[in-house]
Amino acid sequence: MDLDYFKLIDRIVDLNLDERTIMVEAQVPEKHTIFEGHFPGFPIMPGVLLTEAMAQSSGWLLLGVLKFKRMPFLAIVKEAKMRGFVSPGELLTIEAKVEHEGSGFAVTKCKGRIGKQLKCSAEITFGLAPFPDPSLRVHMDALAEKIGFPLQALAHD
Amino acid sequence: MSSTFDQIANIIAETCDIPRDTIKPESHAIDDLGIDSLDFLDIAFAIDKAFGIKMPLEKWTQEVNDGKATTEQYFVLKNLADRIDELVAAKNAGTGA
Repeated sequence: MDLDYFKLIDRIVDLNLDERTIMVEAQVPEKHTIFEGHFPGFPIMPGVLLTEAMAQSSGWLLLGVLKFKRMPFLAIVKEAKMRGFVSPGELLTIEAKVEHEGSGFAVTKCKGRIGKQLKCSAEITFGLAPFPDPSLRVHMDALAEKIGFPLQALAHD
Repeated sequence: MSSTFDQIANIIAETCDIPRDTIKPESHAIDDLGIDSLDFLDIAFAIDKAFGIKMPLEKWTQEVNDGKATTEQYFVLKNLADRIDELVAAKNAGTGA
């Protein structure tokens, strides 16, 4: 998890394009200035960052479903629930599933866990747009490789 | 069973917090009800789910942008209900929606 660059997902554990599901890991750093303020004496991951982590997990799933032809942009977050504290140093596992693929948008459902304990969940809607700039596509390709996106999964139809 | 229009109107009322009795078959979703593109995403999701279809929003938008259709054809609610009925009929006929 690179909080400074808002890259919250470290590794794709599983991507199933037939089932339209993904599982990822996000290692919460031991130390970061965010935890100095949120909160002094009781550092926990802010709910907005847990929500963003769920959104990024869904984003990777949708990039796979869309075969990197479109970029998902966050549009609506519903039913975002912070069900328990997530502390520095913990390993967050996030699962996401495509709930609906509409015309120009998609909806996912996500759950974040520490171990077996459910910590957060949400229903998230994305607008799906052509990559607005070629450099963004290049960046996403490089990031995909870094986090172990199974590019071979895109080969089959 | 309620009409397609009633179902759409109920979805819009609930999704956009618009009083149900102000939503008429002649209402234009954008011009009269003030629904923006983000709210329409939410409405489209609810309509897709309720009717088991995929409204071709991008195709419709393209047709409007190209001057091949007017927004009234798709966004006046009685017309939207007709489009949805067509999509449902196409799906039931097995020709795809």
